[in-house]
Amino acid sequence: MTDELNAIRLMDITKSFGDVLANHNISLDVRYGEILALLGENGSGKTTLMNILSGIYYPDSGHIIVGGEEVSIHSPKDAHDLGIGMIHQHFKLVDVLTATENIVLGLKGDARLNRKDLNETIGKLSAKYGFEIDPAKKIYNMSVSEKQTVEIIKLLYRGAEILILDEPTAVLTPQESEKLFKVLRNMRNDGKAIVIITHKLNEVLAVSDRVSILRKGCSVGTVITGDTNRQELTELMVGRAVSLEIERPDPPAIKDAFLKVIDLTCVDSDGHTVLDNISFTLNRGEILGVAGIAGSGQRELCEAITGLYPIKGGAILCRGETPSGSFHENIVGKTPTEIIKKGVAMAFVPEDRLGMGLVASMDMVDNMMLKSYKNGKGPFTDRSTPKKMAEHMIKALDIVTPGVFTPISLLSGGNVQKVLLGREIASSPSVLLVAYPVRGLDINSSYTIYDLLNEQKKKNVAILYIGEDLDVLLELCDRIMVLCGGKVSGIVDAKKTSKDKLGLMMVHADSEKDGETA
Amino acid sequence: MDVIVNLFCAAVLAGTPLLFGTLGEILTEKSGNLNLGVEGMMFMGAISGLAGALFYENLFSVPGGIPAAVLAVVFSFLFGMLGALIYSFLTVTLRANQNVTGLALTIFGTGFGNFFGDVIGGRSASGYAAVGAATKAVFQNIRIPYLSDIPYLGKLLFSYNFLVYLGIAVAVTMAVFLNKTRTGLNLRAVGEDPAAADAAGINVTKYKYFATCIGGGICGIGGMYISMVICSGVWVNNCVSGMGWIAVALVIFATWSPSRALLGSLVFGGLSIMRMYIPLGIPSQIYDIFPYLATVIVLIATGIRQSREHAIPKSTGVNYFREER
Repeated sequence: MTDELNAIRLMDITKSFGDVLANHNISLDVRYGEILALLGENGSGKTTLMNILSGIYYPDSGHIIVGGEEVSIHSPKDAHDLGIGMIHQHFKLVDVLTATENIVLGLKGDARLNRKDLNETIGKLSAKYGFEIDPAKKIYNMSVSEKQTVEIIKLLYRGAEILILDEPTAVLTPQESEKLFKVLRNMRNDGKAIVIITHKLNEVLAVSDRVSILRKGCSVGTVITGDTNRQELTELMVGRAVSLEIERPDPPAIKDAFLKVIDLTCVDSDGHTVLDNISFTLNRGEILGVAGIAGSGQRELCEAITGLYPIKGGAILCRGETPSGSFHENIVGKTPTEIIKKGVAMAFVPEDRLGMGLVASMDMVDNMMLKSYKNGKGPFTDRSTPKKMAEHMIKALDIVTPGVFTPISLLSGGNVQKVLLGREIASSPSVLLVAYPVRGLDINSSYTIYDLLNEQKKKNVAILYIGEDLDVLLELCDRIMVLCGGKVSGIVDAKKTSKDKLGLMMVHADSEKDGETA
Repeated sequence: MDVIVNLFCAAVLAGTPLLFGTLGEILTEKSGNLNLGVEGMMFMGAISGLAGALFYENLFSVPGGIPAAVLAVVFSFLFGMLGALIYSFLTVTLRANQNVTGLALTIFGTGFGNFFGDVIGGRSASGYAAVGAATKAVFQNIRIPYLSDIPYLGKLLFSYNFLVYLGIAVAVTMAVFLNKTRTGLNLRAVGEDPAAADAAGINVTKYKYFATCIGGGICGIGGMYISMVICSGVWVNNCVSGMGWIAVALVIFATWSPSRALLGSLVFGGLSIMRMYIPLGIPSQIYDIFPYLATVIVLIATGIRQSREHAIPKSTGVNYFREER
């Protein structure tokens, strides 16, 4: 391979943030007419490396060679001048502007903005690559996949030859992802160099030509996609052999309904219906997965059940235990404290760990006390029990922390999640709601979390699991409920369904029945 | 009929300093900077405009005239800019808190105006700072032959001082700039989402500095209007007296649109001089409440109406740092 075919050559790139070494002596080649996958776990430095290329960060040391010449990229503009364009995980689009306005933003041209001509040019360009967008549509009216399209057109319009996509499928349905891959292949065949950053092995195998793997800020090798497999990639990524199987203990044969949600309807402050006649039953000893595109009502569902979100209609019947026997009680309209007092042991692991779940600036002991400070008599709180609990938890869950008095904010994502989940489990709940518990976690931590959930399942706890990775949902859950635009588009047996079926359900909430387009 | 015409004219005259303040702050906020120092920059413009005219008069020992007035405009603009430059340096370069910096600028500007007002007054023979008659005359209402004589219309349209027309011109220019030019589009992007603007190759720092400083200059002219027109070229301590704050509220009333700022400043100008034109038989203190009452109502109304098009530029109040994570 000669240097001319190399679009970019990175040599010995190092970048640190404070004490954290995000990239350590990384070398990498990107070639024209090829899709390169940059694979690594969260926190392995993939995004940092690509941000260096696109001018967001400046490396501490190392060389960047573009087109055979050494360059230094000080700003996104420099990157753009070199033909490098990046699509960030969080789109860099201005909401109140139209697609066209976003695309021409910051470019030179006539002082006067001729919207009509520009709309036409951009319409033609998108037609050429087979995109369907309305150039005059405002970004805030667009779906996630439309926004991504705008980002891609923006780069093409600017003449980018090297495209970097950061976790492009994180927000897409399987069908939308497939469409994106098709476009990427077209662009590759057009001679462009494409880098996709991902931690999903399936995507790597599906779309890339070569894979470069990063681990803990270091480059651990580059392989040809055709010559490798899932297991090998995982080992390179994690650093040792990992079993990719998720255990799934069988749920009890006799269904014991713990939580019955009937026609639950919620309306947000703007008057939009966020949950529309949701009905389902959550049994003891099972994991009910919830799938759906982000923002389909998952958050609202959790918060409605825990008494944090106002409910407009419907009922949530929850089983309570009293010495005289068990009963089902409607918990709609009750505050979380009242629900707990009714004898319903409910634990909630919110998606926003450090916002809703834990207080970042407090230490483990204080965070434990958030649940127990009301117990006991007298004006003084008991700190010794939570301290013991925290110490026990560090041992039991293998939490890496300097000590129980270290602020939670200094812990890594996986350890923070363990603290939160550990605290909730410690209250021996009978129902456990978890929202995106493995978001941002590396593979090891993720598997620890799955094991913890399965352990609870075996203890006959009813678990509602809100997830985003369909592969995990299919392997971990017993049943999967699919939400689409606040409606249930179906509840299916996880063993008897497929990713494609779930993907279709995620975008079509009984659209035929209502005659609506989802 | 005459009452309405007179009220309208008086409202335009009283609303013009508010218009300048509002326009300056709109431009500033479009870049994502919430500069609460409008009051301070108006004070700086008020004293420096007056000082500029006096400087010319003393230098040539003449009673002033058009060059003195031009100098007043230039000086007030430059000193308004100076205030905004301090603000920009602190918030954009040093990333200081915008609210605190703005409040500090207000306090600084007020002191700056009153201090130099006293100094200049103390040095003059009369004991107070006042411009010459010829300069004063330039700031008087104009008379255009024939046009000003048209019944009603002449008075409504062609009977104001030149600053009123300058204000309208600035508003129209700004509306065209923001909506029809590439630079205007870039500026809006900076205020909405600096990270997106940065990724698109826009120099965020440059845009923030320019918009904030020019905005400050426009506020400064508004202050000069107060000392030269409302106070007839005589320095009065604390002459800006809260108009800068009303301008900040007017930005919300105008929903960040320069053309609606014209309407807003007219309404607020009218409310502030109403007691002299519409006798309602209520104590004058109640009249004084009206502009502030209207501000409160506007804030409530805009709080209820959540429109994405007419909302505050999203990044306003938040400093941008590219490498933040």
